Amino acid sequence: MEILLQQIINGLVQGSVYALVALGYTMVYGILGLINFAHGEVVMIGAMLALSALTALLGLGVPPLLALPLSLGLAMTGCMALGYSIERIAYRPLRHAPRLAPLITAIGVSIVLQNLAMMIWGREYHSFPQLITNSPHNFGGAIINDIQIIVFVMALAIMAALMVVVHRTRLGRAMRAVAENQHAAQLMGVDINRVISITFMLGSALAAVAGLMVSANYGLAHYYMGFLLGLKAFTAAVLGGIGNLRGAMLGGLLLGLIESLGAGYIGDITGGFLGSNYQDVFAFFVLITVLVFRPSGLLGERLAERA
Amino acid sequence: MKLDHKSKILLAALAIALLLLPFITDALLGRGWVRIVDFAMLYIMLALGLNIVVGLAGLLDLGYIAFFAVGAYCYALTGSPHLALAFPLAFPNGVHLSFWIVLPLAALVACGFGVLLGTPTLRLRGDYLAIVTLGFGEIIRIFLNNLNAPVNLTNGPQGISRIDPVSVADVSLNITQNIFGIAFPSVHLYFYLFLAFTALVIFVSQRLERSRIGRAWMAIREDEIAASAMGINTRNLKLLAFAMGAMFGGASGALFAGFQGFVSPESFSLMESIMVLCMVVLGGMGNIAGVILGGVLLAVLPEVLRHSVVPLQQALFGKTMVDPESLRMLLFGTALIVMMLYRPAGLLPSRVRRRELDTDEAAEKV
Repeated sequence: MEILLQQIINGLVQGSVYALVALGYTMVYGILGLINFAHGEVVMIGAMLALSALTALLGLGVPPLLALPLSLGLAMTGCMALGYSIERIAYRPLRHAPRLAPLITAIGVSIVLQNLAMMIWGREYHSFPQLITNSPHNFGGAIINDIQIIVFVMALAIMAALMVVVHRTRLGRAMRAVAENQHAAQLMGVDINRVISITFMLGSALAAVAGLMVSANYGLAHYYMGFLLGLKAFTAAVLGGIGNLRGAMLGGLLLGLIESLGAGYIGDITGGFLGSNYQDVFAFFVLITVLVFRPSGLLGERLAERA
Repeated sequence: MKLDHKSKILLAALAIALLLLPFITDALLGRGWVRIVDFAMLYIMLALGLNIVVGLAGLLDLGYIAFFAVGAYCYALTGSPHLALAFPLAFPNGVHLSFWIVLPLAALVACGFGVLLGTPTLRLRGDYLAIVTLGFGEIIRIFLNNLNAPVNLTNGPQGISRIDPVSVADVSLNITQNIFGIAFPSVHLYFYLFLAFTALVIFVSQRLERSRIGRAWMAIREDEIAASAMGINTRNLKLLAFAMGAMFGGASGALFAGFQGFVSPESFSLMESIMVLCMVVLGGMGNIAGVILGGVLLAVLPEVLRHSVVPLQQALFGKTMVDPESLRMLLFGTALIVMMLYRPAGLLPSRVRRRELDTDEAAEKV
């Protein structure tokens, strides 16, 4: 029973990070109908920037509780600039091109980012500095530590804030309008280019937070971390119904749970044939299963072919 | 296809040049470069296979190398002593099927994986196929890396070695053979084998392109809704394109395993898929000559970089700051972006493809 509870806690924490990244995919998809392949790499760049800034600031003797928000702010700014540039350089000129074209530039962007990161930060794993005494708490027999609590609470808070932005502000209304119908929104005086840029920047800021969270949670960052994370977050977005914000959050949490429970019990189920080293495979099977049985996702509307 | 006198002469000259290529390369650049040329031929085969999927049918396959891996492991398992480890009782010496039996099998197995993967995704928008194939490429690697326990099927990250060489009519291609008094080293023999296969692949893709199926693929690529309105069964034809691409990938994989004598999961990373995609995009999607050009350029580029970047940096900075491998990938990524922005139809565009990709500009001009 304790093990089950432990798996659920781990799954929810991991899932909340997936949810943050999935929001980035789903926002862009909702507005442009485009899968931003490079999003996973933005998460990685965010983690790397935050980690470098944190290490540098701590080295200067800045107290950890000041260094953490500072480096998070820096990573978010950097990622927002990156998200803006990606849209400007690789997607905007191709907005009316055949659909294959932006997909190919997107994969090009992620290759470029990955290799730039490798040149800058090297191939090795970077460890996350110990900021707070990460004390474990006993929670009904399972262990939950401080970082996990912070990650989970922060992710929920950010998601709530995003919902407020999208549903209660003028900008959010413009975003929803562009998602609904670009031309109509433009006729109503919405500057669609601005809205699209802001969407990319918002998604990238979330990616930066998620990047910091992942590296804090695992204590590691690596130039290749964005690839699988992006793939899983995309799966989460599809699971919840791509284009749907609540769906992305639900999908993220669910995928985290599936993965953690799956990795925990696959050994027992298959009689030891497959072990927890197949953890990364679950997301893929979830993706295929969703695409076979309910391609619109749990909360999504019917997917129509865009003419 | 009727040829006039001039193109007959050109074709003959090309054939002779290709037949002499390994000897010329050997004499001018050394034996190592013949091997590189062999690999270039393999890549061209792969790129031509992917061209059917991406170029003709307009489906983005980002895990193409996975089918190559499936083919390679098919031959690695059935043409090496390896299975003796997993099933010592059933196969005390491993399995040693002839390459010519395994080749169609490998193509078939890869094709099966293609169908398995394509069936759920091809009903949906093209983006899903891209991401599912991307995932599949990674999953295959996870399985290859981990299926060494509890039953040692793939030998994990160490890979499978001592794979039987390919032999043609009982003549092994792995040792130097004397034919008509001329010594043909192993790499030369494999070159001719690959040349024959490449010619076959070129022939098949050309016939496909001009067939009813090929025209249907291009119609789907240009406008799926219009195509289905014209009575084309888009889902089945897309599946056919995808499966056929997978088949070519699988066959090339078996050739690779026989040539290399060794396979490991490392050879089938995402970067390889991207490299093959780059060949297709750079050369010209949907155009066979363009794809071949792209294949040649990108297969030789890493070697050129390896021989130029490191010495150049040593001379300039006194140390190696950027390793050629990551520089190569950086160039590939940039090439994908720049090509799509400025020359979306590739270096050697196919006429139809160019018309299609230029429609927006053309519409604006009108």
